[in-house]
Amino acid sequence: MLFWQILIDGFAISALYALGATGFTLIFGVSGVLNLSHGALMVTAVVAAWVAGGDFGLNTYLGATFGVFVGFVMSLLTYFVVVRPLQQSNKIREEEKEIFILTATLLWGIMISELIAYLYTNNAKTVLPIVEGVVMLVGVRTPANEIFTAIVCWLVIGVLWLLVNRTRAGKAVLAASMNPRGVTLLGIELSWIYIAVWAVYGVLVGIAGVLLGMFLGVSSYSVGPLTASAFSIVVLGGLGSVSGSLIAAYVVGYLETMTAYLVSPAFRTIPALLLLVAVMYVRPRGLLGRR
Amino acid sequence: MNPTTSLASRIISSRTVWICLLVVVVASTLPLYVSGYILGLLTIAYYFAVFAMSWDLLFGFAGEVNFGPTFLIGLGAYTAGILDNLYQPPIWLCLVAGALAAVAGGVVLALPALRVRGPYFGLTTLVAVLILQNFVVVAASFTGGEIGLTVPDVISIDDGVNYWIALGFMAVSGAILYALSRSPVGLILQASGQDAIQAGALGFNVTKHKLTAFIISAFFSGLAGALLVFYLGAASVGTFVDVTVGVQVIIAAVLGGRRTILGGVLGAVFLIGAGEALRPLGDLSTFIVSAMALAVVLLFPSGLLGLLTRTRDAR
Repeated sequence: MLFWQILIDGFAISALYALGATGFTLIFGVSGVLNLSHGALMVTAVVAAWVAGGDFGLNTYLGATFGVFVGFVMSLLTYFVVVRPLQQSNKIREEEKEIFILTATLLWGIMISELIAYLYTNNAKTVLPIVEGVVMLVGVRTPANEIFTAIVCWLVIGVLWLLVNRTRAGKAVLAASMNPRGVTLLGIELSWIYIAVWAVYGVLVGIAGVLLGMFLGVSSYSVGPLTASAFSIVVLGGLGSVSGSLIAAYVVGYLETMTAYLVSPAFRTIPALLLLVAVMYVRPRGLLGRR
Repeated sequence: MNPTTSLASRIISSRTVWICLLVVVVASTLPLYVSGYILGLLTIAYYFAVFAMSWDLLFGFAGEVNFGPTFLIGLGAYTAGILDNLYQPPIWLCLVAGALAAVAGGVVLALPALRVRGPYFGLTTLVAVLILQNFVVVAASFTGGEIGLTVPDVISIDDGVNYWIALGFMAVSGAILYALSRSPVGLILQASGQDAIQAGALGFNVTKHKLTAFIISAFFSGLAGALLVFYLGAASVGTFVDVTVGVQVIIAAVLGGRRTILGGVLGAVFLIGAGEALRPLGDLSTFIVSAMALAVVLLFPSGLLGLLTRTRDAR
């Protein structure tokens, strides 16, 4: 009984983690950027959906769509205002650009979360779920919302996989992650690929955020832990490897759920951290990492 | 830099040294006419400056981003605090213990961290902070958990005395760190950080040098952390170990000017000062400080020190 509950809850939460981590790893793999404002972008999307539902009085579908749209816009804003100027700056030495981008995205993330806290307070916000009610699954009372979350996450991941592996544009993105210069030699405009990747990232973050808002709710305090968990999942799976992050997301999600149910919710984050340490010592590349 | 001139003559002829000396002398007169509130603020800023300078040393040398300076700081602070709570030894003993604990932690951290490159180094340091954070919270009976622990002894109650201790400590640490960064050893370390392969090819033991940088950074961070505990009279996760504090250390160092060591002082004073000055605005203050920091990072990568000395940015 408990087993099934853990199985189902873990599956839903892992799917959510997987979606967020996939976006994170995509940006790193192609753009080479560790976007530390990841959590902030997710929370922005949720708050936008919340505002849409509350202040604008839109129904849940429109609210969710608005949230995703805001995620999309914020992601592009992050790229054009914070990341690109630094990448193209000629005032900073090449080897230092990474730390500048890291610091800048971190600051950007802090700015966003503080602004949200100021405008909308620190209180947790939830978004009205699109699917309501409770379903009996294998004898376990499960919110239909959870199943919806898992399904949507996997649908999006599936669509993403199709896009990247089966379409020409997607293959160009894949190529850009392996060899940016080679891609330019083929006559493909690299800057458009970067914009496309950040746009896709925005949509992913928006969807993941809105789903999270429906499932658990967020507050401006969630920003840090969200970024941190995406970070650790991606490291576990291997930076730059999407399939790696998917697997790692499930490992982390299930570890957390099991700990919460079997030990105590307070210790939820510890096994994942210990696993991360072990990975750092034994195999820093992660499960399927390339570098 | 002409290696035939002695270190002493170079120090005397260096303009930077004289300016710093002037600044320290002026700063030490502050308690005579400045309020206790500002003194307290500056005291914290000075300790923070040591955090930032130690971080800059590691960054300038290891050439990698250390996301968890608070791991070292927290180790120093908590060891000193817990020791004092348990056995009440003389304060200097606690300080030494704190510094040593931080150094030990630095060595333990350095072992996996130095084997990996780039973002993995940063991640290892970040994980270290998260683990320490969790450990402190879980071992609450020992460490005071999230509420924090209070320390029975304090170095001094007088604002002026605390200020002078902080200023003196910062000046000495700054001098040591700065001298180190400009010495031949410092140059080797810089080379190891910027191009480890070439440095290794030239015959320098890169790992040993990076480990040394770690240890030095850990020592000063831990000592500063321990001193800060005895100034505040309390320690908690939120003030010493949290990732956000580590972030502020990094921001202070980068804001002041990376690879300059001394920039850390400017960055720390600016950060803490601005944070306080904007406090009336409430939550918006952090937003504004971060926005200003972001603007500096985007527009003036050489940091505040670069602005002041109008350093030409490297190509």
